[in-house]
Amino acid sequence: MTSHPVSPVSEEPLSSVPPIETGSAASAIAFDDVSKVYGHAGNAVHALDRITLHVQPGEFVCLLGASGCGKSTLLNLVAGLDRATTGTVAVEGTTTLMFQESALFPWLTVRGNVDLALKLRKVPKSERRGRVDELLDLVHLREFDTKRPHELSGGMRQRVALARALSQDSDVLLMDEPFGALDAMTRDILHDELEDLWARTEKTVLFVTHNVREAVRLGDRVVLLTSRPGRVAEEFPIAIPRPRRIDSPEVANQAAAITTRLREEVRRHGDS
Amino acid sequence: MAIRDHVAPGSAESGAEINAELSGLDALEMVLPPRPSPWARIWWSLWPKLMAVAIALGLWQIVVWSGWKPDYVLPGPGPVFRSLFDNFDQILQGLQTTMQRALIGYALALVIGGFVGVAVSQSRVLRAGVGSMITGLQTMPSIVWFPLAIVLFQLSDGAIYFVVVLGAAPSIANGIIGGIDHIQPVLLRAGRVLGARGFANLRYVVFPAALPSVVGGLKQGWSFAWRSLLAGELLVLASGKRTLGGLLEFNRQFSDYAGLMAVMIVILVIGIIIDSIFGAFDKAIRRRYGLIDAATQ
Repeated sequence: MTSHPVSPVSEEPLSSVPPIETGSAASAIAFDDVSKVYGHAGNAVHALDRITLHVQPGEFVCLLGASGCGKSTLLNLVAGLDRATTGTVAVEGTTTLMFQESALFPWLTVRGNVDLALKLRKVPKSERRGRVDELLDLVHLREFDTKRPHELSGGMRQRVALARALSQDSDVLLMDEPFGALDAMTRDILHDELEDLWARTEKTVLFVTHNVREAVRLGDRVVLLTSRPGRVAEEFPIAIPRPRRIDSPEVANQAAAITTRLREEVRRHGDS
Repeated sequence: MAIRDHVAPGSAESGAEINAELSGLDALEMVLPPRPSPWARIWWSLWPKLMAVAIALGLWQIVVWSGWKPDYVLPGPGPVFRSLFDNFDQILQGLQTTMQRALIGYALALVIGGFVGVAVSQSRVLRAGVGSMITGLQTMPSIVWFPLAIVLFQLSDGAIYFVVVLGAAPSIANGIIGGIDHIQPVLLRAGRVLGARGFANLRYVVFPAALPSVVGGLKQGWSFAWRSLLAGELLVLASGKRTLGGLLEFNRQFSDYAGLMAVMIVILVIGIIIDSIFGAFDKAIRRRYGLIDAATQ
């Protein structure tokens, strides 16, 4: 259990809300009353404001919001790349972060990229070859193992990045708009693939997106965040049976409801 | 927890279907433009160079024919190449000593410049203290160092190496600092997420990521080393060895101007060869890293 306790030093008036039960032992990720403030007094920016969010082990949660809702800040907090200003972030187990750009190392082949990730985790050489094969099979890219990233399409690169992220064998997979830059068709197929992988590996996934349909297509739960400051506006449990299709009427209906709510949020910023 | 109740776990059919769709898309994506045959590539890189050499020789011969200077002061290509051929042993000996010094001096500069460059790029304090000093050193003409070098090392190889290293190391260090500064931040973040720390981070992430932009600095370092070396060989003659710089001075003193120009041609050719080695190295790296656009080749 890694947790990032918080320095009590804060210029902000502390929340008057009574302290919420600290994350039950069952939570994979527990945000309790988490705020993140950048800068100081006069020009402070509230990226996150008293976020409370619990993710169950094995749950697929999509974070949805317009720009400026602090989605990426939230992921950085979970990944331990950043610290909360107040409140606690508790993560059960290890995390791996996947970016919008594949961030593959261009000097290594597909195999080399996955292999290096294992090597940095000190997996012995004798085991690595077999592990890389397995991981590339998972993302259906074994036959491209000698290619370099620039020889692949954007979708293939993201699949290699996914294999590399899975190589970390983390309990929690954090995904920061991983399919945002892909064409719709490739994205659909990668949704199928991700759903399939998630079902098999039983990982907890925290998936950030600004695409409402994508969120409904993938998530067990969609968490809508407000912008500046980032707060939890509303949570939507998604009970549509899997495997889902992004163009199914159920997904479209749920997405429409959430979009309406998202627009309300955005409009409030226009008025003020 | 009933989260997973509604999941149809990766059934065989859905897996096969995804596989088929993916390989269809992959096949569509993987069409690479054909590369021209190696002979065609060599021919296309060679003929413009041959043409340029022919034009240069032609112009030289025209200047000689014009009678601007007497033949023995400014010989034409014919006598110069004859001299090159006749004195080939001497020139080869000189070439050997000079190249050996160049390689040793450059290797020393690589080690020192590389070490300083990496240290400065990784430390804020060093960067503030030494960063601008390196650029200052880089702008100093290497000939300025010779009086001090001769005081410290007398007329010896030591004096020459001293100046060669001082000429080349700052460029190499600056090239490495610049290369590391220009690494895409997302690659460094990816390295961090994958657990690369300390030396492993340098070795597996920072060095390879910086390599394409470091090559420019290495090349510049070489040209500073080469210039400093020949300047040194012209000044420090007392070592008793036959060197290219020494041959230049020797031929001037004995009024063998064809011999003088033959040595100059050798120096020019070496410059061109080394430059094309760096060029090939640079291109191979950029091809490997995907920094060459197929459409503009």
